[in-house]
Amino acid sequence: MTSPPPTSPPLWLLAELTYRCPLQCPYCSNPVELASAGTELNTDDWFRVMQQARKMGAAQLGFSGGEPLVRQDLELLVAEARRLGFYSNLITSGVGLTGDRVGALREAGLDHIQISFQSTDSDISELLSGSRKAFDHKLAMAEAVKSAGYPMVLNFVLHRHNIDQIEQIIDLSHQLGADYVELANAQYHGWALLNRDDLMPTKEQLDRAEKITNAWREAHPDGMRLFFVVPDYYEERPKPCMNGWAKMFLAIAPDGLALPCHSARSLPLDFPNVRDHDISAIWNDSAAFNAYRGFDWMQEPCRSCPEKELDFGGCRCQAFALTGDASQADPVCTKSDQRNQIDAALTAANCHNAVSATMQYRSWSASQNIIASTP
Amino acid sequence: MIDPVSIPQLNKHFRLQWEEAQDCFVLLYPEGMVKLNESAGLILSCVDGVKTVEAIIAELSERFPQVEGIALDIEEFMTTASAQHWVAFS
Repeated sequence: MTSPPPTSPPLWLLAELTYRCPLQCPYCSNPVELASAGTELNTDDWFRVMQQARKMGAAQLGFSGGEPLVRQDLELLVAEARRLGFYSNLITSGVGLTGDRVGALREAGLDHIQISFQSTDSDISELLSGSRKAFDHKLAMAEAVKSAGYPMVLNFVLHRHNIDQIEQIIDLSHQLGADYVELANAQYHGWALLNRDDLMPTKEQLDRAEKITNAWREAHPDGMRLFFVVPDYYEERPKPCMNGWAKMFLAIAPDGLALPCHSARSLPLDFPNVRDHDISAIWNDSAAFNAYRGFDWMQEPCRSCPEKELDFGGCRCQAFALTGDASQADPVCTKSDQRNQIDAALTAANCHNAVSATMQYRSWSASQNIIASTP
Repeated sequence: MIDPVSIPQLNKHFRLQWEEAQDCFVLLYPEGMVKLNESAGLILSCVDGVKTVEAIIAELSERFPQVEGIALDIEEFMTTASAQHWVAFS
């Protein structure tokens, strides 16, 4: 245990209820080692986690996964979240959702459902998620969500194979009556990093999509809100990942591992488990949560950088994945001596444009193979 | 300009809530949270879809007689809240 700097409470709790998922999206943000996770927390474990986090001040709660709808106790968890005063968000592919379940979740007190789409076109949807029926079903469920009175947030993960459909994506969202639309380029962690060279859009694609998004915003000043997220590889400075390590965000993985971000499982830290410790001890006292708080852990060029309080040195997971050392600067930063790795990926992305036969779809067996081949 | 006899109502996609840990009112919405300062929290907690702007000004003036220019503060806040789509007026 280290002596921690003063900490603010976790305001956001992300409950990753399961790694099970009927889809196989090659950009899934789950860790590629998901098959090594232990057994899922049960209903009482989750109740305890929610109670402890709420007591510390958590107000936003995301139910995510995997596909959280595969949990049969989801309605119970939602009801407990409501009782505790959380604002609860269900982050789902919509697969497994029915009109009845939309209503039951509403009754239990769910505040918001976010449905992720692969694209507007069922063929590309099928290519990327491995399910032909999924797309039509999602459309029907988006309509059900809207008519149940939820705020409608749609999420489209953008990449090379769907980003050119941005107009259709925006039109479809508008027709469905969306309130918020996330046009979020895949961030290259987990499965997306494995498949990065097949997913990264070209500069030209990205510029076009941003231009169309901006034009729509200008033409509809009071219309739905569009959030456009570029792949951070195209930036010159890293994102202020999680607004700082273990500063406001707490993710709990399906097996109870507590993480300062949902990708952090990939880091060589000994993360505490909610089966063994309460949230307050995890947040305030564990070595893993204190590892990258403050600025003392930083190396150059971050340590003396005047921008360190803006971006906190970027993303620890990206630094580790690309440099092998989580305390290095995020190599997105042009001040990093490892920036050449980012530039090489961008050069590759801007040179070829075919769907590779080597795309690795997210699945339990693919994860087992990856684990088996890792020394 | 905010019409003093109009009735502000919280946008149904927002929830106003007192947060003990943050010692303030917050507005919660899909995957987001706005921390309100003391006066914004007080004003919004008077917004119930029944009271007019005028009535809210009267109520808060009575509760805080020592605060000068409270009517103007409230009108300014209502303009901001409307621009942010936190409240709509009927």
